[in-house]
Amino acid sequence: MEFNQLVALLWKGSLETLYMVLTSTLCSYVAGIPLGVLLFITDKNGICRCRPVNLVLGVIVNLTRSIPFIILLIAILPFTRAVAGTTIGTNATIVPLVVAAIPFIARMVESSLKEVDQGVIEAAQAMGSSPLQIIVKVLLPEARPSLLVGCTIAFATLLGYSAMAGFTGGGGLGAIAINYGYYRYQANIMWATVFVLVVIVQVFQELGMFIVNKTDKRIRN
Amino acid sequence: MIRLEQVSKTFHLKSREVEALKQINLTIEDGSIFGIIGSSGAGKSTLVRCLNLLERPTEGKVFLDDIELTALSNGRLRKERRKIGMVFQQFNLLAQRNALKNVCYPLEIAGVPGNQAKERAIELLKLVGLEDRMYNFPAQLSGGQKQRVAIARALATEPKYLLCDEATSALDPNTTNSILELLKEINERLGVTIIVITHEMKVVEKICTQVAVLNEGEVIEQGSVQEVFLSPKTKIAQEMIYPKPKYDNRNFHGKVFRLAFGGQSSSEPIVANLVLKCQTPVNILGAGTEDIGGKAYGQMLLEFPKDEAAIAEAKKYLDSIGVHYEEEDADGI
Ligand SMILES: Nc1ncnc2c1ncn2[C@@H]1O[C@H](COP(=O)(O)OP(=O)(O)OP(=O)(O)O)[C@@H](O)[C@H]1O
Ligand SMILES: [Mg+2]
Repeated sequence: MEFNQLVALLWKGSLETLYMVLTSTLCSYVAGIPLGVLLFITDKNGICRCRPVNLVLGVIVNLTRSIPFIILLIAILPFTRAVAGTTIGTNATIVPLVVAAIPFIARMVESSLKEVDQGVIEAAQAMGSSPLQIIVKVLLPEARPSLLVGCTIAFATLLGYSAMAGFTGGGGLGAIAINYGYYRYQANIMWATVFVLVVIVQVFQELGMFIVNKTDKRIRN
Repeated sequence: MIRLEQVSKTFHLKSREVEALKQINLTIEDGSIFGIIGSSGAGKSTLVRCLNLLERPTEGKVFLDDIELTALSNGRLRKERRKIGMVFQQFNLLAQRNALKNVCYPLEIAGVPGNQAKERAIELLKLVGLEDRMYNFPAQLSGGQKQRVAIARALATEPKYLLCDEATSALDPNTTNSILELLKEINERLGVTIIVITHEMKVVEKICTQVAVLNEGEVIEQGSVQEVFLSPKTKIAQEMIYPKPKYDNRNFHGKVFRLAFGGQSSSEPIVANLVLKCQTPVNILGAGTEDIGGKAYGQMLLEFPKDEAAIAEAKKYLDSIGVHYEEEDADGI
């Protein structure tokens, strides 16, 4: 393959991968944040203690999290087809990515919220805050740095998952690595793909940490 | 007025039950600075948290100006809580908000429009002397400054009451004094009733008008600071208010007396008189005085020779001038 062709291939793959991963990260957070908040507030020390809800949610989250992604990918193919209309391509890959990421993100959100000082929550309660006000004005803003760190982790994890989805006809860099490297034994193309993946992870990691350090007010500057 | 009626709180732990509060009856009058003093684990924090129902009493009722808080729905309770500001030992400021935004928080949740809230917050920061640190975040402020922000925040909704749970315990003596001065000023200028929780005598001495002594979940003594501190009735309160001086009692040969005397007798030469009356040398082992409301109050540790007649004479004299005393066990070691 010509160098120009390789670059064009990797460029297209990168864009597809970024599209898949960013979209699925976003979608998973839309569901993962409320779920994580719910896990946190219904916990035994939470602001809306509710043992049954906490238990049921916890079990569902743990079950989904313990299924290996590659199995989940195949197991929910019918669901993927129902949602995306197809099981191949970038859009179809977003569905299993989101399904896999929601419980994982919910747990990360929960653990970020647990880092918020209990005393601050108590002070908010003493001032007469409603549970919703505590969530929106205290918990989420106070946990923001930790949530952002979690987001970079989620991004890297989903990037890895999206590459795996290449096996079942997902698009992006993963599909390139598998199609050229695995099926056609073109190791150099595979390594080039891996290199691009590493660069993407690195860039987003750095970007995430940069934003965290810039916005965390606990750091004196 | 805040009134507690037969308030009890029991914590159920896995292995045992902790009775943190036992049938507390307490009335806190408007305008006072009410001290609640007790040693660690006495239940002070639990008690203050029961005042705004951060902790729900297991039994009993809490009244705020004749509204029974313990009977309110959560929504109503939230509204009532805005009448009670609270300040904590660990400040509990929002770390991701600057001082100004921290003071705005209670106003925001009360639905006060943004610019109005900001105006009020600036006014309060001026009151606590921090108008030049408005845009600083908690991490950029010292402990004393953080507590000032916390006090400004607690006052934002113009509460009638201010609860301070060990508000000065994380601060050095000078900063403690300046915060206490501020609290006093708030009480006098804004007429806010202040409830001060502390394990330190000097905090109560310095600013409180009323005091309750808490021990193992019970109020063992209660009254004006002068009343309680000048003549503590229970032994536990005496020991709490005037802790025994540390002394090495191995070298004592005689009988040791602990004298506690109030302002009325501080002008009388007690020791000199004792020596004259009993015709026996007494040895001063230790002494300390406190100034409460302009009156000297103190205790003294005296050693008498082992002479029954002289000791009887000394007791008679002490009784006659109304000085409280206790015999300490000095021998035996
Ligand atoms: N949430 C809780 N669960 C179980 N036990 C508790 C809880 N809170 C307080 N206690 C117990 O209640 C008793 C009183 O505690 P509290 O914190 O009110 O004491 P305190 O007087 O404030 O002490 P300190 O001066 O150390 O702050 C203690 O024995 C404590 O262990
Ligand atoms: Mg305490």
